[in-house]
Amino acid sequence: MDSTLVLILLLSPFIGFLSNIFFGKSLSKNLSGTIGTIAVGISFVVSVILFNKVLQSGKGITVHFFDWLELFNFKVGFSFLLDQLSLLWLLFVTGIGTLIHLYSISYMHDDENLHKFFSYLNLFVFFMITLVAGSNLLIMFIGWEGVGLCSYLLIGFWYKNQNYNDAAKKAFIMNRIGDLGFLAGIFIIGYLFNSLDYLTIKQVLASGGFVDLGWLAFATLCLFIGATGKSAQLPLYTWLPDAMAGPTPVSALIHAATMVTAGIFMVTRLNFLFELTPAVLNVIAIIGALTALIAAFIALVQNDIKKVLAYSTVSQLGLMFLALGLGAYEVAVFHVVTHAFFKACLFLGSGSVIHAMGGEQDMRYMGGLKSHMKTTYITFLISTLAISGIFPLSGFFSKDEILLVAFHENKVLWVIASLASIMTAFYMFRLLYLTFFGKFRGSEEQKHHLHESPSLMTFPLIVLAILAAVGGLISLPGNSWLNHYLEPIFIGSRPHHAVDSTAYMLMGVATVGALIGIFLAYSKYIKKGELPAKDKEVTGFAKVLHNKFYVDEIYTAIIVKPIYALGDFFKAVVEVAIAAIVFGTGKVANLLSDQGRTLQNGSVGLYLFVFVLGFSTIVYYLFLA
Amino acid sequence: MLTTIFYILSAITLATAFMTVLSRNPIHSAIYLVICFFSIAGHYAMFNAQFLAMVHLIVYSGAIMILMLFTIMMMNFNEQKIRKNNLIVVAAVIALCLVAYVLLATFLKAQPMIEQYVITGEDYQSIKVLGKVLLDDYLVPFEMAAVLLLTSMIGAVLLSKKDKKIKA
Amino acid sequence: MLQNILQEIGIENYIFLATALFCVGIFGVLYRRNAIVVFMSIEIMLNAVNLLLVAFSTYHQDAAGQVFVFFSMAVAAAEVAIGLAILVAIYRNLKSIDIDDLRNLKG
Repeated sequence: MDSTLVLILLLSPFIGFLSNIFFGKSLSKNLSGTIGTIAVGISFVVSVILFNKVLQSGKGITVHFFDWLELFNFKVGFSFLLDQLSLLWLLFVTGIGTLIHLYSISYMHDDENLHKFFSYLNLFVFFMITLVAGSNLLIMFIGWEGVGLCSYLLIGFWYKNQNYNDAAKKAFIMNRIGDLGFLAGIFIIGYLFNSLDYLTIKQVLASGGFVDLGWLAFATLCLFIGATGKSAQLPLYTWLPDAMAGPTPVSALIHAATMVTAGIFMVTRLNFLFELTPAVLNVIAIIGALTALIAAFIALVQNDIKKVLAYSTVSQLGLMFLALGLGAYEVAVFHVVTHAFFKACLFLGSGSVIHAMGGEQDMRYMGGLKSHMKTTYITFLISTLAISGIFPLSGFFSKDEILLVAFHENKVLWVIASLASIMTAFYMFRLLYLTFFGKFRGSEEQKHHLHESPSLMTFPLIVLAILAAVGGLISLPGNSWLNHYLEPIFIGSRPHHAVDSTAYMLMGVATVGALIGIFLAYSKYIKKGELPAKDKEVTGFAKVLHNKFYVDEIYTAIIVKPIYALGDFFKAVVEVAIAAIVFGTGKVANLLSDQGRTLQNGSVGLYLFVFVLGFSTIVYYLFLA
Repeated sequence: MLTTIFYILSAITLATAFMTVLSRNPIHSAIYLVICFFSIAGHYAMFNAQFLAMVHLIVYSGAIMILMLFTIMMMNFNEQKIRKNNLIVVAAVIALCLVAYVLLATFLKAQPMIEQYVITGEDYQSIKVLGKVLLDDYLVPFEMAAVLLLTSMIGAVLLSKKDKKIKA
Repeated sequence: MLQNILQEIGIENYIFLATALFCVGIFGVLYRRNAIVVFMSIEIMLNAVNLLLVAFSTYHQDAAGQVFVFFSMAVAAAEVAIGLAILVAIYRNLKSIDIDDLRNLKG
C-alpha cells in the first residue's frame, strides 16, 4: 500500500512530463496545462495522505524498491524515506507547485511552447520529489542534479534571446561547481560510514560509534559548498539574479520556494553529522549572515522588480543558513515554509504586474497600479508586510525566532541579521511604493493596457496570501507544533529557549527596526516623491551597489579569463606542437623511404654485386667469426 | 704421373674459364667454355667417376652449350658499346677478391679438421652402387627432378612463343 | 691407380681449384654486360661446385655426393632452358641484351 502511494507520488509528475513532451504539441493549450497541473495535484493529494499517516503513527515510512549498488559490504538501495521532514517539504513543494501550475496556464497562454513549459515544470517537480524523498545521499544527488538541469531548461526557456541562454548556462555551471563539493562530501561520508543511508548513519552515531572527526568536518564542509551552489550563498550566488531571465512562474517555483531550499533541506536532513562539526557550523552561520547583508545592500538600488525579489531571496536564504549554522534547524525549516508562502506570492504578484504592463519590468516606469489591480495589490501588500516581519503575519514569527537564536548564540551575527532585516523592510516597501503608489509613469499605451489579471492568476495569489498571513501559527513561540513535529529527525533532545522577557524585548526591537525601515521608505518615495536615478546618473556608493559590488566582473577577471587564456594557449601552442609531431613522423617516414628508394635503380649489376656482398658476409659470420 | 695430369687439366680449366669471361666475341666465349667443360670431365674421370663424366659431357657440352650457341647465333650482336659506368669494374674486382679471400680463409681455418685419406677398398661409386643409392634413398628427389624438367620444358616453349599481335 | 688419387694429390688442391673457378665465375657475372656471357659465367660457378662435390664424395667414400651432382646438373639444364627462353623474349622486345638496358625495375 505504502509503496504504491510512493510510486504514484513519484511517477505522477513524470508521466505528466512524458505526455506533455510527446503529445503536448497536438493538444490544446488548456488541455496541456491541465494535464500538467493535475499531475502535480495528484502528488499533492498523495502527500497529504502520507502526511496524515505519519502524523498519526509518529514514525516515518520507508519504501524499498530494489537494491541498486552492491559492493562487498557497501550497499545503496533505491529506497525512499518519508518521515516528518520530507513530508513537510513535499507538502509545500507539491502544494505551491500545483498553484503555480494553475497560474502558468493563464500566464503563459500566449506562448507557443506551452506544452514544453509544462513538461519541464513537471520534470522539475519529479526531481524535487526525488531529492526530498530519497532515503540516501545518492538518490538525493539524483534529484539535486535533476533540479539543476530543469532550472537550466526553464531559465533558458525563451531560447531565442542569447542573454537568457547565457544566464541559464551561468546557473548550471555555478550549480555544477557546488555539486563537485557535494560529490566529494558524499564520497567521504560513504568512506567514513560505509553507507549512504540516512537512517543507517543516524544509527551509527546514536549508538556512539567512533568517527574520524577531521574527515567528517571536511565532508560536511564539502556538502555545504554544494549547498552554497544550490541555495545561492556566498560565493556562488550570482546566478540567482541572472536566473530572473526565465518566466515568472519559474522564478516563483524554483528560485523562491523549492530548488533553492534544497541546501537547507540537506543540512537539516544530515543534522546529526553537522552537530559533530561545530567549526563547519560556524562557517555556515557566518556565510549565511554575510550573504544576507550583502544581498540586502545590493537590493537597495535595483530597479527591476524581479531582481529586487531575487536579491531578497538570497538575503532570506542567508538568514536561514544563519539559523542552521547556529544549530536551530527547526527555526530554519519554519522560515523556509513561511518564506515559500510569501515569496511565491510576491513573485506571482510581480508576474501579474508584468503581465498587466505588457512585459515591462522596470519599476521606474510603473506607479499607481493599486487602483487598477486591486487583488494583486492587496496580496502583494500582505506578503510585503510578512517579509518585513510585522505582527501577526507569518514572517514575523519565523524571522523573530532566527533573531532570538542569534542573540543567544552570537551577538555580532545578531547585529548583522537585524541590519539585514531592517534593509529588507526598506527595500520591499520601496518596491511596493514605486509599483503601486504615486502616479503612473509609463507610456500612454501601457496605461490603456492596465487591467486586473484573470482569475486563474489571482486565485493562487489569494491562496498564498492567506497562507502567508496565517502560516505563523504552526510555530508560535513557546508552543511550537513544528518543533514538536520535527523532533524524531534529530538525535537526542533539542535545546529549549524559554519565552522570557529577553524574547519579548527582542521582538519589540525587531518590530521597531522594521517600522523604521518602512518609515524611511515612505518618507523617501511617498512624501518626497523621489524616483530612482537613471542608470547613467548613479554615483558614489550607490553605483557600487548598483553594479552588485562588481562581483561578476571580479569572477570574470579571476576565473573566466584565465581559463580562456589557457584554452588559447593550448590551441596555439600545444595543438600545433602535437600536430607537428604527428605530421612530422609521417615526414620522417617519407624521407627515409626516399633514401631507401635509391637502392632500387634497376641496374642488374648492382643487384648482383649486393648479392655477392651479402653472401660473403654470411660466410664470414658463419665460419670465420 | 697423376699429379702432372692434374696440373695440366687444372691449367686448362682455369685458363679457358678466364678466356670465357674476358673474350669479346660471345662465340669465342662459348667455345672456350666447351673446352672448359671437357677438362672438368677429365677431372671426373680421374676420380674414377666414369658415369658422372659421361653424363657431364652429354648434358653440359652436348645440350647446354648447343643451346647457348643456337641462341647466340639467333641474335646478331654489335660490338660492345663503351662502358658508361666504370664503377661496375671496380665492383667486380672487389667482389672477386672478397669472395676469394672469404673462401680461402674458410678453407684455411678448416685445415686442422682435414684427416688423412684412407682407402677402404669398398666400391662406392660404380654405376651399380650409384643406381642403387639414387633409386633407393633419393627416389623422391629423382621424381621431383623429372617434374622439374617437364615444367622447364613447358615454360621454355611458352616463354619463347611469338606474340601473335606483333607482325614481325 | 686411380684409387689413391687423393693420397697423391691431396684434397687441398681440389679445394683451391674449385674456389678459383668459383671466383672466376663471380667476376664474369659482374664484369660482362652481355647477358649470354653472364649465363656462361653462372655455368662456370655451378661447375666449380660440382667438382668440389665429387672431390668430397671421393674423400668420404660416399655416393651421396655424386647423386647430388646429378641433381645439380638436372637443375642447371632446366635453368639454362628457361633463362635462354626469357632472354629471347627480352631480345624480341628490346632488341638488345645488354643488361644495362634492363632498367624497368627501377623504383
